[in-house]
Amino acid sequence: MIAIIDYGIGNLKSVHNAVRYIAPKIPSAVSSDPDFIKKADKVIFPGQGAMPDCIKELDKRGLRDVVIESAKKKPFLGICLGLQLLFEKSEEGDVEGFGIFEGKIKKFQPSKQERIKIPHMGWNKVQQSKNHPMWNNINSGSSFYFVHSFYASDVKKEYVTGTTNHGEEFTCAIAKENIFAAQFHPEKSSELGLQLLDNFISWKI
Amino acid sequence: MTVAKRIIPCLDVNDGRVVKGINFVELKDAGDPVEIAKTYNEQGADELTFLDITASSDNRGLLFDIIEKVANQIFIPLTVGGGVRNCDDIRNLLNSGADKVGINTSAILNPNFVSESSGRFGSQAIVVAIDAKKVDDHYEVFTHGGRNATGINAIEWARKMADLGAGELLITSMDRDGTKKGFDNNLMKSISDTVDIPIIASGGAGSLMHLVDGVKEGEADAVLAASIFHYGEYTIQEAKNYMYEHGIEMRL
Repeated sequence: MIAIIDYGIGNLKSVHNAVRYIAPKIPSAVSSDPDFIKKADKVIFPGQGAMPDCIKELDKRGLRDVVIESAKKKPFLGICLGLQLLFEKSEEGDVEGFGIFEGKIKKFQPSKQERIKIPHMGWNKVQQSKNHPMWNNINSGSSFYFVHSFYASDVKKEYVTGTTNHGEEFTCAIAKENIFAAQFHPEKSSELGLQLLDNFISWKI
Repeated sequence: MTVAKRIIPCLDVNDGRVVKGINFVELKDAGDPVEIAKTYNEQGADELTFLDITASSDNRGLLFDIIEKVANQIFIPLTVGGGVRNCDDIRNLLNSGADKVGINTSAILNPNFVSESSGRFGSQAIVVAIDAKKVDDHYEVFTHGGRNATGINAIEWARKMADLGAGELLITSMDRDGTKKGFDNNLMKSISDTVDIPIIASGGAGSLMHLVDGVKEGEADAVLAASIFHYGEYTIQEAKNYMYEHGIEMRL
């Protein structure tokens, strides 16, 4: 059973659509029920929009503890804000995250000279910093779809699993033990995105 | 090196069917949205845009059906525009599987709709569409397919929309739309220089060089085109290769 954590933010349907498309026989559900999430074998933690709102909505539904608990033991996939929330703090609204990874979330700076637009929106190349089961059948340098204005900074090198360049190089994928998190959207990254989700489904800790 | 420039084919939807002369050689049912979306996805489309031109509000529900069908099988970003009036419309489209929603006339009627909707759904979900036409020495915002002047300066409007929380801007030159003479790159560049959010150039693409010019001269982050792809003149892959050969970063 795969639980996709629903806290009222973002397009969870597309994540669920993609999971069902690649693994129609594996039960999966979008859920905000802590008991259901506790029972799930694997957890996907998506998110979009602003970090302070995400934390507020998570807490409103009493989901913070179950997210943190899931991140301790089960195969856990964070997507977009679901990556950012795992860090200690964010410049966005000056809020604190879950502190599962050291580092902080910073805002991109637009640049007219280098034509750097914010949000970082579109397809960009992901360089794999290390091997990981989640990268199976995906070449380093493959493109994934991004849409975000904030990024993880000061990440410990041992956790950096992928990087991308948007004016500067930044960490776009992190991993430790049972956790993998991506700043990009696998559910919107066509075949290679589906491959990454498939890798998550077959990931054994 | 940074994010790739995007090619976005635009499909018109009327009463739940994709319309406007889609003419792929290999396609059996030219109106089937999933087949069309699949073909474009296989050709390497970076996103898809659906524009609802359904006149009767009774038939609006058919659009949700299309979006749902496409979103169940095609995993690239989907934008839907046309007749979006309030936050309920946006929520329904997002729930059907759209990732972004295009807002045009409703933003002109009530600019705060942009801040309200981007606050609620996130800027990434809100694309403000601006239809502009040259009037004397400046660009003005028009509605109703270029028939109604608003008196609003298009460049200032773009800045305002970005300030209110739009995630990107879809800029259509009503002077060039349907002419195949190329994008109005002066308009595109003026807006791209003014805002920090991505802009999509639209209106006038008739050749692959026009797509290159839209990025190089217009400084657009993405190019939207309909007829050059629908009639099978060029595939999206050909367009991407051509742009790449002209020094533009593309997802190949």
